Amino acid sequence: MAPASKSTSVGPEAGATSAPLRFHVPEPEVRPGGAPDFSRVKIPEAGSVERPPVDADPESIRKLAFSIIRVLDRKGEAVGPWAGSLTDEELVEGLRHMMLLRTFDARMQMAQRQGKTSFYMQHLGEEAVSCAFRKALAPGDMNFPTYRQAGLLIAGGYPMVTMMNQIYSNEADPLKGRQLPVMYSAKEHGFFTVSGNLATQFVQAVGWAMASAISGDTRISAAWIGDGSTAESDFHSALVFASTYKAPVVLNVVNNQWAISTFQGIARGGSGTFAARGLGFGIPALRVDGNDYLAVNAVAKWATERARSNLGPTLVEYVTYRAGAHSTSDDPSAYRPKAESDAWPLGDPVIRLKNHLIVRGIWSDERHTQAEAEVLDEVITAQKEAEKHGTLHAGGKPSARDMFEGVYEDMPPHLKRQRQQAGV
Amino acid sequence: MPRKTMIEAIRDAIDVSMGRDERVVVYGEDVGYFGGVFRCTAGLQAKYGKSRCFDAPINESGIVGTAIGMAAYGMKPCVEIQFADYMYPAYDQLTQEAARLRYRSNGEFTCPIVVRMPTGGGIFGGQTHSQSPEALFTHVAGLKTVVPSNPADAKGLLIAAIEDPDPVIFLEPKRLYNGPFDGHHERPVTPWSKHELGEVADGHYKVPLGKAAIRRKGSAVTVLAYGTMVYVALAAAEETGIDAEIIDLRTLLPLDLDTIVESVNKTGRCVVIHEATTTSGFGAELVTLVQEHCFYHLEAPVARVAGWDTPYPHAQEWDYFPGPARVGRALIETMEA
Repeated sequence: MAPASKSTSVGPEAGATSAPLRFHVPEPEVRPGGAPDFSRVKIPEAGSVERPPVDADPESIRKLAFSIIRVLDRKGEAVGPWAGSLTDEELVEGLRHMMLLRTFDARMQMAQRQGKTSFYMQHLGEEAVSCAFRKALAPGDMNFPTYRQAGLLIAGGYPMVTMMNQIYSNEADPLKGRQLPVMYSAKEHGFFTVSGNLATQFVQAVGWAMASAISGDTRISAAWIGDGSTAESDFHSALVFASTYKAPVVLNVVNNQWAISTFQGIARGGSGTFAARGLGFGIPALRVDGNDYLAVNAVAKWATERARSNLGPTLVEYVTYRAGAHSTSDDPSAYRPKAESDAWPLGDPVIRLKNHLIVRGIWSDERHTQAEAEVLDEVITAQKEAEKHGTLHAGGKPSARDMFEGVYEDMPPHLKRQRQQAGV
Repeated sequence: MPRKTMIEAIRDAIDVSMGRDERVVVYGEDVGYFGGVFRCTAGLQAKYGKSRCFDAPINESGIVGTAIGMAAYGMKPCVEIQFADYMYPAYDQLTQEAARLRYRSNGEFTCPIVVRMPTGGGIFGGQTHSQSPEALFTHVAGLKTVVPSNPADAKGLLIAAIEDPDPVIFLEPKRLYNGPFDGHHERPVTPWSKHELGEVADGHYKVPLGKAAIRRKGSAVTVLAYGTMVYVALAAAEETGIDAEIIDLRTLLPLDLDTIVESVNKTGRCVVIHEATTTSGFGAELVTLVQEHCFYHLEAPVARVAGWDTPYPHAQEWDYFPGPARVGRALIETMEA
């Protein structure tokens, strides 16, 4: 037996034969001041990715996890096997939803700057993901969204005034002022209560889907998570449970390249793509152009049909770009080039769909300008209505008594005592 | 009435609940085919099928997280964490999600789940099979925390927990699974078949949450206890000859403050005991409440006997576990104070 080393140093041992180990920390290609560079993002031609049958063996479609399903080409034409999932009316409606969401965002961002609320989070550049996905769901299905899927509400017809009431925490706030802005809850609209804790909803969505299957129901659920949060352990939990029980759930990963200041390589590690994470669990995984409304809708329909056909879960990675700041508390110029969103190779979802509709002959620049004005008017009208009920610091407020309600179904004695102490 | 062990009573409670309400689903690690490492779910999969009682991956956050999703759907999951010591990966789901679903959604979504977990020491379980993490739950607004001490209560409390509209942490003292235990490890264990609280009524009944039980009427000092420590308190009273009133809290949150205050105002003295570590343990809450509500009736400082502020050791089991000798000393000191 060799004698124990007498060295107390934490440095290299004398006699070591290999070179010192080096610690690896991934970095984005470019930092502020540099020229944006997305040459690492390989963008396949629109229409070039196959559309397998929904009951395809996961093994046989592995390569879909490493490509990008795209429908709209550079000329604005819809091409390839994933085209044709939407009618003209649905496409025009889709454009309108994305414009509404973008305008809603802009107005609420401004409202936050005006001190009417404490906080806001935009969807700029990601409007297609939640708006187009929503149109693939059936009544009764349940989304488990993050804080950046309000398109599910807009495209689902949820009243913007109610959303604003929540953002303003005013007297008409359906959540009684208890929740941070944008943490909506809308059960009747298939929108599960948003939590501040990242990734928790991803596994809850799987449980909801398991319950639907246990009940012999036909409803499915949709789980949502961002690229950064895939590193949370609940992402893994969700994939294990979804895979084990073949839960009827669509597992959506919105890869917008950024988790606050952290580029997606920090979460993804050495994996080729986020979609590839599904493969190890035997879950079919698709990667889709997140700025292509048509592609998102087509993939969503494929995945929801799989779930409804009892074929189990699907993992979908939406490749997109977070064009705005993470939140109203964030300044992206501190960690990425200012012009990076302009250089994003998948462009802008609103402009791309607009161009497609023009190519299709069902839209024009004039109509678009008019639609922008209409949408702005609609949002401002909603905003005026909401502000009649108050904003965070002015006007009508939820009652202080509401603070004590709803912790339990029936208020226990200790809370009654505290409510009394609070004098409300 | 038939006598049952605590294990059999728990199984009976789940069986009754599953039979009455098809929304009750039961799962956890080794819970399905095998029937649980402590046998608490034995036979349930065979009786109700794999859709109602099934094995889960070894993933506590996944178990609780999926249960929350199921509850949001409209089910009433009763899930198991194999040991309370292993609940920590699920702590995020329990505290930030289960506890707050109703509050943050203003009642749109609710979370009527029960999370069963074997708890407590006295079994040479070492650091990760002995913990008593109840204070980590009672500190969380929105959770209810229950600790039964006998088969009759275990069944009634568990049925009440499953039917409760709010999330309930159901801590089962595994030291009591097969018989009561008063801390006298040198003596042979008596089975529940020899104890009157081993009598478990057939069929459906509930023991209400939030109601304590007085296990021994007394006039000299009030002892607040739960779980295994109820029997330690009984032994300590017997051995010291002090006429202690021993209250089995049964539910820690919501707490039956009325029963506590009435007793302490009568006796003028109070000793709080638990297995969990001392600092910031649930005992601190009990001491504070007694001080607040009974100050002018107190004739001695409120004493606290609890586990030491160390991880739960293996070889030093009986130096750690607050046995009848330590509790007895506290009773004597409180009477002499």
